[in-house]
Amino acid sequence: MSIFNLFRRTNSGTVARERLQILLTHERRSGASPELVALIHREVIAAIAKHVDIDPDKVEIEIQHRDKVSFLEINLEIPAGETARAA
Amino acid sequence: MAKVLVVTSGKGGVGKTTSTAALGAALAQSGQKVAVVAFDFGLRNLDLVMGAERRVVFDFINVAQGDANLSQALIRDKRVDTLYLLAASQTRDKDALTEEGVKRVIDELRERFDWVICDSPAGIERGATLAMRYADTAIVIANPEVSSVRDSDRIIGLLDSKTLKAESGEGMEKHLLLTRYDPARAARGEMLSVEDVLEILSIPLLGIIPESQDVLKASNVGAPVSINATSSAAAAAYIDAARRLCGVPVPMTRPSEKVSLFGRFFGRRAA
Repeated sequence: MSIFNLFRRTNSGTVARERLQILLTHERRSGASPELVALIHREVIAAIAKHVDIDPDKVEIEIQHRDKVSFLEINLEIPAGETARAA
Repeated sequence: MAKVLVVTSGKGGVGKTTSTAALGAALAQSGQKVAVVAFDFGLRNLDLVMGAERRVVFDFINVAQGDANLSQALIRDKRVDTLYLLAASQTRDKDALTEEGVKRVIDELRERFDWVICDSPAGIERGATLAMRYADTAIVIANPEVSSVRDSDRIIGLLDSKTLKAESGEGMEKHLLLTRYDPARAARGEMLSVEDVLEILSIPLLGIIPESQDVLKASNVGAPVSINATSSAAAAAYIDAARRLCGVPVPMTRPSEKVSLFGRFFGRRAA
């Protein structure tokens, strides 16, 4: 077995494990359901676009989990000079 | 009162239907009353693997909609007389099935059997979520391969959020059944190892089913591998897994360990 362990670092099974660990860490961090982020993304854009012209590509939404609290972070860019229509 | 299992995986082709049939037959052979239930609405696989494709008259949706009663729809296996099949509907609109309909059928099965094993369709759509909805315990099937493990991770997420057990706060009991495990490739490090998969998914291991020609042969002739090829390693692994489900502490045999122990034995004799 020790001979196999020597080569473990370079074989494809190890590569598979490392790729999966990175991917799943990312997927789990983005919340229990990736659809939720997409749904919030769509609805936030729709809600804001009713009042302000925004570029949908300039909206970033992220869910972060820290200990027992989750953070929903929304970053969006409003073009200069743009004011609320329904003010 | 039955224990309701869901056999699920996310990815297709990893061995859900094979495992449902094999575990069902193994449990039934120990004298317990078992119903295997197909949830692949619109398609139909379990009856074929069980060799009952020409005996299906009524199916799950007929029962759920009250067009037939459960006794009319349950097909008794010709080899093991405590094993029954409830087939999926092939022709009807799969949206004809409601959550309440599924609940009613599962509740009725619960009263009549010791084990109810739901064979989930692949994917994460309605059929898959309905199959897991009322289960007490989940058996997650994975191959030691990246896309299968990723999909299993996704399914575990659904099991922990979309099931009655999860919603009630009780938590869904989950077991991993690693299928199509190839000891030779594992020894060469060309496959995710058992430890890798367990570490990534972090759910307890129910069994390791070695890749075997006997599995294909069994489905060719329409018989669960656990009763068709009882001397094969795959059948033995399924029978062990079924005993573990019953709470018997069967030691985990690894296809690779067996080979190396064998080698060691001969090595010692030669020395």
